[in-house]
Amino acid sequence: MTGCSVKLEGVRHVFPNGVIALAAMDLEVAAGEFLAILGPSGCGKSTLLRIVAGLERPSAGRVVVGENRTKHGVAYVFQDAHLLPWRTVLNNAALPLELQGVERARRNEVAAEVLAKVGLGDALDRYPAQLSGGMRMRVSLARAMVTEPALLLLDEPFAALDEITRQRLDEQLRELWRARGMTVIFVTHSTGEAVFLAERAVVMSPRPGRIVADHRISLPAARTGELRATAEFAQQTRSIYEALDRGAA
Amino acid sequence: MIKRVGPPLAVLVVGLALVELYVRARGTPIYLVPRPSQVLDTLIAERGYLASALWTTAKAGLIGFALSALLGMAIAVGLASSVWVRRAFAPYTIFFQTVPIIAIAPMLSIWLSPGLKAVAACAFIVSVFPVIANTLAGLLATDAALLDLFRLYGASRTATMFRLRLPAALPSVFTGLQVAAGLAVIGTVVAEFLVGELGEEQGLGVVIVSASHNGHSDRVFAAVLLASALGLAMLGAVGFARRAVLANWHAPARE
Repeated sequence: MTGCSVKLEGVRHVFPNGVIALAAMDLEVAAGEFLAILGPSGCGKSTLLRIVAGLERPSAGRVVVGENRTKHGVAYVFQDAHLLPWRTVLNNAALPLELQGVERARRNEVAAEVLAKVGLGDALDRYPAQLSGGMRMRVSLARAMVTEPALLLLDEPFAALDEITRQRLDEQLRELWRARGMTVIFVTHSTGEAVFLAERAVVMSPRPGRIVADHRISLPAARTGELRATAEFAQQTRSIYEALDRGAA
Repeated sequence: MIKRVGPPLAVLVVGLALVELYVRARGTPIYLVPRPSQVLDTLIAERGYLASALWTTAKAGLIGFALSALLGMAIAVGLASSVWVRRAFAPYTIFFQTVPIIAIAPMLSIWLSPGLKAVAACAFIVSVFPVIANTLAGLLATDAALLDLFRLYGASRTATMFRLRLPAALPSVFTGLQVAAGLAVIGTVVAEFLVGELGEEQGLGVVIVSASHNGHSDRVFAAVLLASALGLAMLGAVGFARRAVLANWHAPARE
């Protein structure tokens, strides 16, 4: 499965209460690209992601996902895991396939495979309440991956986790992306996370959100935990941090 | 176990002993206040008669409660399915909460014939509102992110209702059922006062009325005790079902 391109042309969004969430936004994401979106809280990052997902219609402008937006090619990971507490890990991960009418044996097989990839191969029969925050988030990530989406949208997915867990999940996400080649748009407010994960980072201004910096991250494709300690990594992080700082000013 | 049951049991025994002593010392006549020991004697001596009355009341109470549970949830699902349905019909569900059961019980007994049917109908009317209200509140409080998720994967309204909204509402549903269980028993006994069947198949409500007319306060209290026990048993059963159904929702259960 390969990724699909995303194109936003003059997207503007105004909330019903009159607050302008997004000013005119132009953004092009290449098929298979890993893009990080950075910005201060409340700058419209989540709104942007919801518009790309088709969960929200923009007040003006146009969004093109792939050649035609096939709904099922899009997956979304929220800030919290949002699992169904009455379902086991396996049945939570298999939910999207179930809703699409895939038969049980097949969907369980696919879900078990993806869960094994995120290190939950031996937790299939457990319930969300029995899992740690990091494990729940991994179930959420597996749930997003079972449909082999062409576009994966993540809204600050690991923000509530501790640093170590978060870094491990970043590594797993990066692995999934390398193996599957889907397009990823990852919203975060951590510059380090953006640099570690993405090929490209855009920085948004405070509300009304618009893009104030577009930065290509030149780091090797294979990234491990050690990368975080290198001078190049620090260099990349700093230039994005400066862009964020300029944007916020 | 001893730690939990001991203190309330001690309070009960001491309390009953004090009543016993007080009534004996004052020489209060039985038609005013029975001695606890007399109530116990009556429970044992009239066990066949009382057990049959308990069974009649339990049947009506359980039918009323079952109707409340099923219809209450069905009504709530209907109300939750669209804003327009809710606006049009929700105000009328309050009718169940406000209707004076004493006033309409005689009509019910004309429509349904006196006895089990009319009594169960009263129990239903008295106990259905908390089921509707709590289920509806639960159905309207579904996690917005999960609703988005179901939309993203093109889930139908039916799939969203039965795979997400209704199961997610279960904790509220059980809160409603617990209130309804107690109300169903109270509704049954009150209905029996008014439209209960007489004779062989008489329920606890009828026993209470005729015993109090005849000055048998010991029998009144024995029947009241049994009605309370029935309510407690139904509450306990709902609580048990709640724990069984929601067992996996929470981290290892603590009371």
